[in-house]
Formats: sequence, structure tokens, C-alpha cells
Amino acid sequence: MLETARRYRKRKESPVEETRRLLDAIKRDTLNSFITIDEQGALLSARSAEDLLDREDAGVLAGIPVAVKDNICTCGVRTTCASEILADFVPAYDATVVKKLKDQGAVILGKTNLDEFAMGSTTTTSCFGPTRNPWDPSRTPGGSSGGSAAAVAAMLCAGALGSDTGGSIRMPASFCGITGLKPTYGSVSRYGLVAFASSLDQIGPMAATARDAAVLFDAIKGHDPLDSTSALHDYAPTDLEGIDLRGVRIGVPKDFFGPGLNPDVKSAVLSGIAELADMGAQVVDIRLPHVRYGVAVYYIVATAEASSNLARYDGVRYGMRSGESGGLRNMYLQTRSKGFGAEVKRRIMLGTYALSAGYYDAYYRKASQVRTLIADDFRAAFSLCDIIAGPTTPVTAFRLDEMVDDPLSIYLLDIYTIPANLAGLPALSIPCGFDSRGLPVGMQLMAPHFREDLLLGAGIAFQDRTGHHKVRP
Amino acid sequence: MSVLVYIAALIRKYQGVNKNVKITDADVLHAAALARISLDEDELRKLSGELDAVLDYMDLLSEVDTSGVSPTHHPLPAINAMRDDVARQSLDLEDAVRNAPRHKDGCVVVPKVIE
Amino acid sequence: MNGYDVVIGLEVHAQLLTESKVFCGCSTRSGLAPNTSTCPVCMGMPGALPVLNRKMVDYGIRLGLAVGSRIARTCIFARKNYFYPDLPKGYQITQYESPLCEGGSIDVETKEGVKKIGIIRIHMEEDAGKTIHDETAPYSYVDYNRAGVPLLEIVSEPGMTDTDQAVAYLRELRQILMYLGICDGSMEEGSLRCDANVSVKKEGSSRYGTRTELKNMNSFRNVQKALEFEIERHIQILESGGRVEQETMLWNPSKGVTVSMRSKEESHDYRYFPEPDLVPLRIDDAWIEDVRSTLPELPAERRARFRKRYGLPAYDTGVLTQSRELADYYEACVGMLDAPKEISNWIMTEVMRALNEQGISITDFKVMPEMLTGLIAMIGRGRISGSMAKEIFAEMASTGRSAEEIVSSRGVGQISDEETLKTVASRIIDANPDEARKYRSGKTGLLGFFVGQVMKATQGEANPKLASRIVKELLEE
Repeated sequence: MLETARRYRKRKESPVEETRRLLDAIKRDTLNSFITIDEQGALLSARSAEDLLDREDAGVLAGIPVAVKDNICTCGVRTTCASEILADFVPAYDATVVKKLKDQGAVILGKTNLDEFAMGSTTTTSCFGPTRNPWDPSRTPGGSSGGSAAAVAAMLCAGALGSDTGGSIRMPASFCGITGLKPTYGSVSRYGLVAFASSLDQIGPMAATARDAAVLFDAIKGHDPLDSTSALHDYAPTDLEGIDLRGVRIGVPKDFFGPGLNPDVKSAVLSGIAELADMGAQVVDIRLPHVRYGVAVYYIVATAEASSNLARYDGVRYGMRSGESGGLRNMYLQTRSKGFGAEVKRRIMLGTYALSAGYYDAYYRKASQVRTLIADDFRAAFSLCDIIAGPTTPVTAFRLDEMVDDPLSIYLLDIYTIPANLAGLPALSIPCGFDSRGLPVGMQLMAPHFREDLLLGAGIAFQDRTGHHKVRP
Repeated sequence: MSVLVYIAALIRKYQGVNKNVKITDADVLHAAALARISLDEDELRKLSGELDAVLDYMDLLSEVDTSGVSPTHHPLPAINAMRDDVARQSLDLEDAVRNAPRHKDGCVVVPKVIE
Repeated sequence: MNGYDVVIGLEVHAQLLTESKVFCGCSTRSGLAPNTSTCPVCMGMPGALPVLNRKMVDYGIRLGLAVGSRIARTCIFARKNYFYPDLPKGYQITQYESPLCEGGSIDVETKEGVKKIGIIRIHMEEDAGKTIHDETAPYSYVDYNRAGVPLLEIVSEPGMTDTDQAVAYLRELRQILMYLGICDGSMEEGSLRCDANVSVKKEGSSRYGTRTELKNMNSFRNVQKALEFEIERHIQILESGGRVEQETMLWNPSKGVTVSMRSKEESHDYRYFPEPDLVPLRIDDAWIEDVRSTLPELPAERRARFRKRYGLPAYDTGVLTQSRELADYYEACVGMLDAPKEISNWIMTEVMRALNEQGISITDFKVMPEMLTGLIAMIGRGRISGSMAKEIFAEMASTGRSAEEIVSSRGVGQISDEETLKTVASRIIDANPDEARKYRSGKTGLLGFFVGQVMKATQGEANPKLASRIVKELLEE
């Protein structure tokens, strides 16, 4: 991204040229990473960016082409959440992050594919068909931000925005060999992000390098008066030089290295950690005894919140409507039954059940209590270390036809990523190696609230030393 | 606990006889009604099985001692986010009803409740 | 009540007079064209998020303090989930486990004296939109202008034991809300809504029967009639050996009956849980004291003070304090002219009549306090008679001109009204018996003295020739 910005300023390339080039590439794309290409809007922004660049005060994002996950509202551009129920929905408002990108002159190429309503880890529940992994098109790119991850990995954009509720940025970043950051809860505005689980969702950057991810993060972070959960934290701009890892304590939780972790992944991650130690970091053993309950907690809390957040999709004010002739109740039933896919319905049902009379205490309340214990684990751990390191996912990208029709096994893919969402902590996934098939492996770094500087700084330093992130599919 | 072992056990359970049924068809239908989702026979059967397996997994939480632990509803300790009582520009009527599947004279139109 | 005991509880929803809605900046003004005061937030559009209006909390605290509630130090919002077209998000943001206020009470006047009706809780929530059903076509029309307007829900203890108490409670609560300036109290327009819970038991029996809920009562009269009907319905059921079903009844004002709302719908499971899009509210002492300092004198306090300070009977204090503005008007008058009873009479009769005729409230009335007191003072000075004053007042009310202006333009600027002068003259003659005797026994020169006194008493406004003739007539009677 910085390279592109430099080329613009040296007149070696123009935003319009770059945008045209990428739009052409996207049109030829067979990975199905985009749902909507906004050619007109992109070229318009590119042209304005050229004017902006003529002035002295253009920011680094001026003219930089990015993609936005299709659950983030873009004014005048279809925002579908990969669902039939919103297939023709055109918002009359921008999400705050989109507004910020536009204000800084970024070029938004289009909207990327995702699992329907961001519910999934494979980008196969999209009503527009699955996205494929650029490393091996017979495999999944991960999810739910699979479209953004594939687009970045296939170099169809300089960076992309994804959203992460249980791992939806980090997991596909890991499967596609790119860098993805789930920021601290509240550090990036959720206004305009179509809600899945309100106390877990965050928008974050996905890019080829940690440095680019930092640039994008700086562009979108900050307090938003339109989002009550937005944090009032005053961030300094991220230091793009990377941090000195000497004296930094890396906590390695035994709980993330138990059985069930693919051996190739394990060895790649351990060598990544060894690399950090080589750079001067001190490796410390830590325990996170309650993270093993993370998936159970997540699938109660997230589905409960989702069941409520998705109640507004009822065919009344916008979106698909069906079954009118049978009266109001029939309209609700037909609209929602036809409009939602199987996974979304499954989660709505689970969430409804967990909140229903007689079950609230046993499920929702209990899960929320265990959530506190998980957060406490991290608090204790961060008194012993500065960054927690481990694998992002237990496996690498698997084949689409290998997928077992068992929801629970898919849910368990998020076992390492979920805890950060539950505790609201920032977490970064960076490429740290490859498996025996040459598929990328991601290493996850976590830090205390608002310490993205540690994560991005370590990521930048790591990438300046290693070359895993430079390998292209 | 091994993820793979657990998955295998659960799949066996799902496919086999459910000794410890957590959710009945009636429960599923009730939840579906609350969520305004209709299910046919096949969907009901499949969903029942899936939800049962998932809820069975949730039993894991009962081994955690949560006495005296207060629930977390917000991951960060923010309080008092408010705004001043100032009226500002609303959406144009056009934009407000533009996406409505049916609208008339500025109102959103829906079918009546049929008793 | 004919062998049966009754308990009634009331749930009142008050629409608050904030400028903007509770969770977004749309205007709360009424009477706008449908869906012209909406935005992504109050329309429940994808990605929209609520942000709390501080004034809503101020108003809630104000009410809580006025009725003696405990204000919560931490309170949170919750989602109440159900499907209806006028509920844009498919859930209402309300409060469930930790309401803004708990406890408190309102005093009502009953035949047996003052009774304290307890309040269980007061909480904040958002209003839904409005649905209008088409008479002929199978459609309903939804307007979201009202969606998101702030409401306070006030839940009373089931402490009222007859319908008069229920209406009295409602009246007093309404008056408090209006005095506080937080609600306009209009039941007809729906800014004040009342639902009731009723149950009965046979006298001597230890347990109350099943409760039913009553809705759709949009005036005090309807509240009274609906409650009376429903109580009678319960009694009839019990008398015939039946059991009262727990259900929601709708009052039908044209037929004068309550009708069950029960439909094929399963009973509501609202699945309340804490609202994740809103952070907890922490209310400290400073905030509460800040609001407390803005509390006006409440209706009951004001009535008591009027009784004590101005010596007014209960009837007068009731009328004068019916609105804060009217009570302020009264006190402004009394501040200018020390005639509390006379001013009270004037307001209760002439002023109220004029307001009714013009269909306005005291705030729009053309006769300002100083103008009314000016008029009354003129009567006192004998410048005009009582009956003339009423006439002049009517003109003041329609034209906005002062009494002085009207009198000068009409008459000669002098008091030429015989009756008035007679009154003044008689008074002076009675007050000066020695001089009167002297005059009558031949000292006719004293006429000048009396005329002088009349002139003095009327501040020079009396017509001297007329005054002279009248004094002479009276002295020589």
C-alpha cells in the first residue's frame, strides 16, 4: 500500500490506471471473491483521488483501491450480506468506516463475498456461491470474510475490510496466507456493520502485510458518536517501523497446543514463535484454563444476540418479501424461511432457544458467566506476558468436498480465535509457514485491550525478517 | 480435550440413538414459531438432530463453577454513552421507504393480520 | 363494593417532551407527514445503532424524585423481542431487571381521606410506530414517525380499591407529569396511555382472584367506565360459580363492553436479555442533585401552600393549580395586588370562561396578570362598578387592550357611573359621622369636604359635578 502511494506521488502510476487494472482483474476472477463490483463509483473516486494527490495534504490512502465485505453498508451500492433476504437492498447511508475511507480518498472497488450474515467459517453459505481459495481453488478460503481474504491474496485489491465475530477475519487470513487484524472491541465503529453478535462483532483490516494492515487500521479506528459501544481511547498513529522484540514477553498457552491441532500447523507456529524468540523475545509458559469452553460460550451468546439482531429481516421495511397473500403471519414465515439459508436458520433457532423462558439462566446467563472467567484468564496471563502467541486455526484450508455436514465440527474450527472476541482483545493473524501441501499456516498474536501497537509492531518486525507473507498463491 | 475425538463422539451420538435428548421436536417447533421460521418435516428432523448435538456439547459448561461470578454482557467497561437532545435532519421520505417492498402515500404497506 | 373487594393497578405510559427521539436525532414533533421523521436507527435498518438521549434520563430522574422513588445508581437497557410491523427492529429497547426508579408513591384524595398509592417502578423505553388498518382492503399502513419516541412507564402497586381512586391516581400522576414539564398529558392524542390490572375477591375471602389486563381506555371517563364494567364482569363470573380467565381485555367505548383479545397467538415469550448495543448507565449523586434543583413545586405542595398562604378553600386551590401555568398566573396577580380571594374568583369565573370560549390555554391569554389586577384595582377604587368591569374584561380578553385604555376611550376619563359614586360616597359619609351631622344641621359648606374625600378616594377620577350632586342627595336623605 505504501509502495503504491509512493508510485502515485512519483507519477509512476495513477489511481485511475491502477483502479482500471484491478477492475479488469476482478472481472476475470474465477474465485468468486466479489459479489458486487462498483466500477462507476470506483473510477469516480479514483479521479477525485488524482485531484487530491495534486494537493500537498493527501493522506496515504488517497487513490488506494480496497474492497469491502458485503455486510458493511455502502451508500447507493447493494449490500446483501450474501443473503437472499437482502439481495436487492441498497442502503441510503454509509457505514462510518466506509465514510472514513472515502474521506481519505480511498477507492472502493466493490463488495466481497462472505458466509451469509457472517455466520460461518468457510464462505460456503453465501447465496452467491462459495468463494475459492487462491492457493487451491478446490479448497475453502475460510470464512466468513473469505471473499476479502481471497481478493487480497489474489492481489485483486491493495487491502480489504472484513468483520470478525468469532474469527472471521483471522481464520480466512490464515487459510489464504495474508495478514488480518481483529481490533479491540470498540476501537472501530460498528455503525453500518450489519449486526451478527453485537458484543463480539468488529470490523478490521485484511492485507498482504502487517504494515498495510496498520495503515488501514489507522484509517478506520476511532471513537464514533453513532456507536454507543465505541471506545473513547486516544490512539497514537501506529508506528510502521515495527517494534524491538527484545524484552517483549511472548506467552504461549499450553491450552492452544493440545490434541486436535494438525501437526504441520503446530510445527509452523512453533517455528514462528522460535523466530520471535530469535529476535529477542522471551517465551513464557502461560495457562488459559477456561478457553476450552470458548466455543460453547460463543455459540450461546453469539446465536442469542444474532437471533434478536436478525428479527428485523421480516419483509416489512426492506429486503425480500414473500407470502403476502396469506396475511401478516404468513408473510413473516414465508419471507424468513425462504430468505434465510440453513446455517442462519440453525443459529437463529439455537439463539431463540437459549433465550427462551426457562432456559435463559441455564444457557445465556451461564455462558455469560463463563465469559467472565475467560476474560479473567487473559487478565491474569497478561500480567505474565505482553503478547500471547498460538495457532490461528487447528487445520489448514480443507477441500470444499471434504466438508462434513456436521455443524459442530465447523464450529470447532474457531476454537483459538473465539476467546479474543469473548474478551474483546485485539488479535492478529500473520503467515508463519506452510504445511506439507504448501498451504499457508497462520500464527495468532493477542495483546491487552488497545495494544494493537504491540501486535502490529511485532507483526511488522516479524515480516521484515521472514518471507512467508511474500509467497503468493 | 481432543477436538477430533470430541467431534467423532458427537457424530456417533448424532447418528446413533440419542440417549440424552436435549431438545424435542416440540421444542424446535416452538422456537421456530417464536422466530417466525417455518419448517417442513425433513427440515424439522434434521434441525432437531443438529440442535440436539450442539446443545449436548453445551453441557460442557455445567462443569464450570460459576457461583459468585457476574455475567459479562459488554467486553469493555464503558458507561454512559449519551447524546444531547438535539433534533437533526432525518432521512428523506424517498430514502426511508425506497426499499419497502410495498408502500403507499408515504406509509409502509403490510398485509393485515388474518385471524 | 356489594360484597366484593377490588384491587386495581395501573400501568401508565407517558410520551416525553424531548426535542429528539430516545435513540436517534429524529424530531419528536407530531402531526408530520408519514415517515418524514425517520432515519436508519428508528427504522431498524441494517447496521444502525442506538445512542441514548441524555434528556430522557433527566426527565426520568425528575419524575422519580417527584414521586419519591429510589433512583438506580446503575441501570441497563434490555431487549423485548416480538414481531409486529410497527416494531422496526423486531424488538423494543426497554428496561427489565434494573429500571431507572423503584418505589415511590402518589397521594390521592378519597372519601376516607388521603391515601398513598405505591409505585413499583418507573422505567425508560421507546415507543413503536403507528399502524392504521384499512377498512376495506386487506392491508395495514405503517408510519414510523412515532417509533423511537421516548416513553416512561410508571407501574403502580395494585393499591387502588375502587374506580374513583384509580381515576384520582391517574389525574394526579398526569398533573405531576405536566407540572414537571415532561409530558403534555393528552390522553386523546395518546401522549398519556393507561392500562389497568383488575382482580376481585369475595369479602372475607383471603385470596384475590385471577387478574385481567385492560387496554384501550383513552380518557378518564373511559378508564372509569371500563374498570366498572370489568369489575362487574368478574363479579358475575364468580357469582355464577365460574373462574376468571387470565386474559387481556380491550375496552370498546362505543359498545361499552370489554372484549377478550385472546387470539390463536401463543402467549408471548419476550426473551428479555441485556441490550448489547447500549452500555450501562451510571447515575451519580451529582446528576441526581442537578435534576433535583430543577424540580418545580409539585401540585400537592402548591395546593397546600395556596390554602395556607392565601387562605383559599380547597375548591379554589384545586381549580387554580390545575396547571402550573395557571397557578403561576394567579401568583403573579397576587404579587401585584393583595386581594387573593377576589383574584381567585375572577380567575375561576371570568378567566376560565374566556379561555374555554377561545379554546386556548392561559399561556396564550391576552390578559396579562398586570392587566387583570389593574382592572380589579379599578373596582376597588370605585372607578368602575363590578358589572361594568365584567364588560370591560370581555373586551380586554378579545382585544388585548388594558382596562385603562378601554375606560379612557369609552368614557370621559372620569367616573360617571352613578352607582359607583354612590357606593363611594356612602362609604365616606358613614366614615365621617360628625361632619355628616354638622352638614345636616346646616353647615352646607362641608359639602366641599365630602366631595374632596370622594375625589381623593377615586384618585381624582370622579366626575366632580356628579359626585357633588350624589353626595348632596345622600346627605339629605
